[in-house]
Amino acid sequence: MITSFGIVWDWAFTIKMLPLLIKGAGMTVTLTAFAITFGTIVGLIIAFLKIIKNPVLNYLGGLYTWVFRGIPLLVQLFIIHYALPVATGINFEPFVSAVIGISLCGGAYIAEIIRAGIQSVDKGQMEAALSLGMSYSQAMRKIIIPQTYRRLIPPMGNEFITLLKDTALVSTITMVELLRTAQIYAASHFKPFEMFITAGLIYLMLTTFFTVIFGKLENKLAQSE
Amino acid sequence: MIKVENVNKSFGTLEVLKGVNLTVAPGEVVVVIGPSGSGKSTLLRCMNYLEKINCGRIYIDGKLIGLREINGRLLEAPAREVYKMRADIGMVFQRFNLFPHMTVLENLIEAPVLVRKISKQEAAERALKLLEKVGLSDKANSYPAHLSGGQQQRVAIARALAMEPKIMLFDEPTSALDPELVGEVLAVMKDLAKEGMTMVVVTHEMGFAKEVADRVIFMDEGKIMEEGIPSQIFTNPKHPRTREFLSKIL
Ligand SMILES: Nc1ncnc2c1ncn2[C@@H]1O[C@H](COP(=O)(O)OP(=O)(O)OP(=O)(O)O)[C@@H](O)[C@H]1O
Ligand SMILES: [Mg+2]
Repeated sequence: MITSFGIVWDWAFTIKMLPLLIKGAGMTVTLTAFAITFGTIVGLIIAFLKIIKNPVLNYLGGLYTWVFRGIPLLVQLFIIHYALPVATGINFEPFVSAVIGISLCGGAYIAEIIRAGIQSVDKGQMEAALSLGMSYSQAMRKIIIPQTYRRLIPPMGNEFITLLKDTALVSTITMVELLRTAQIYAASHFKPFEMFITAGLIYLMLTTFFTVIFGKLENKLAQSE
Repeated sequence: MIKVENVNKSFGTLEVLKGVNLTVAPGEVVVVIGPSGSGKSTLLRCMNYLEKINCGRIYIDGKLIGLREINGRLLEAPAREVYKMRADIGMVFQRFNLFPHMTVLENLIEAPVLVRKISKQEAAERALKLLEKVGLSDKANSYPAHLSGGQQQRVAIARALAMEPKIMLFDEPTSALDPELVGEVLAVMKDLAKEGMTMVVVTHEMGFAKEVADRVIFMDEGKIMEEGIPSQIFTNPKHPRTREFLSKIL
């Protein structure tokens, strides 16, 4: 392939490097899986703090989202990986820093998604449940939360795709994932064109995969309602 | 059965109930009428403590609701006690508020199983009897979204009855219905009244009030302006505000 600037796409090089890029993509997927798991756990906890009837916990929940949504993820990663070790003396592996950083930040967004989902349930539902003698927590568990599942799928799907793309940022804390792999070989072989475009296409395939899965899930839940 | 004593309720600076006094005897059917914003819904909601009152007392079946009197001082009752009291008071809402993610049958058995701790099977048996009573036996496995408004409201009444309440509160149960569906809901309520249920009904259905009510209460601006037996209120209202209101809606 020849571009208008006379650059020749080096197929042989691309194919030779493909296994390395796929290995990097494997790490990207692993990171994403960890980030989704821990991010969702963090999100559930923070959402719980925000909706429970307790002003102190509400405040803590609000403080959390304020901080973690207000500071760029890249800066959070630098703080966790480079700044905190100076103060605490604890050095994390890049992988650990990466998972902590993405999960904490993603958790703040997931908490907001869950809170919004719960608040989107009609107020009359809680009143009806309470008027039947259910406790607040019974009403939440049996009546309110089950009604949020289907509404949560589209925004959660979006958030998971964002988390996947955000894993590219951890290349800056020496975590070798897809982007970092591409970067290394682009530099060492002077092939940025092949490496970055191929990496981009692999990201696109991964995010498309998510989109399709979540679309299917949404359809399935829509039918059962 | 219900005793409302000097109850005041404000939302911020807006005083919605201004010293309401009301007693409802066991088996009595009381219909509450009054213009929009007069505090009818708020009064009902205070009776099962969906709204906290600012001052005054409400007794249900001799027990103070939401509050606790210790050495002459009033303290907030623990949430657990409030939940327990609500289980004995059924409430039917204007907008039905059925649980959309559950079938009709599940709507009816959820609270009895969760709150009364009876077995699923027993709850289901009772639920089917109640559905028969409201004429919806064939809808047990339907979802609320597939029912007409009138059917949904009848399910909502059955759901409240499934808790075997001592009192039923109705907040404009037919206002959200198409006119041709009002009758079927009122019929269920009439049956309930005949069986001796204690009922407080906010409604604009004057026909129902005339036929079923033991007493009619006219509320305006957060106060009970007038009360009496239906024939007196409808034919010979004493208060000019009652007269004005009735002339508008009759
Ligand atoms: N949660 C709330 N917060 C603030 N104001 C409220 C709240 N609930 C009710 N109000 C106000 O209290 C007043 C009385 O309301 P309420 O619903 O009791 O009237 P109502 O007699 O039931 O009227 P309607 O016939 O329209 O149902 C209204 O002015 C209403 O705006
Ligand atoms: Mg009302």
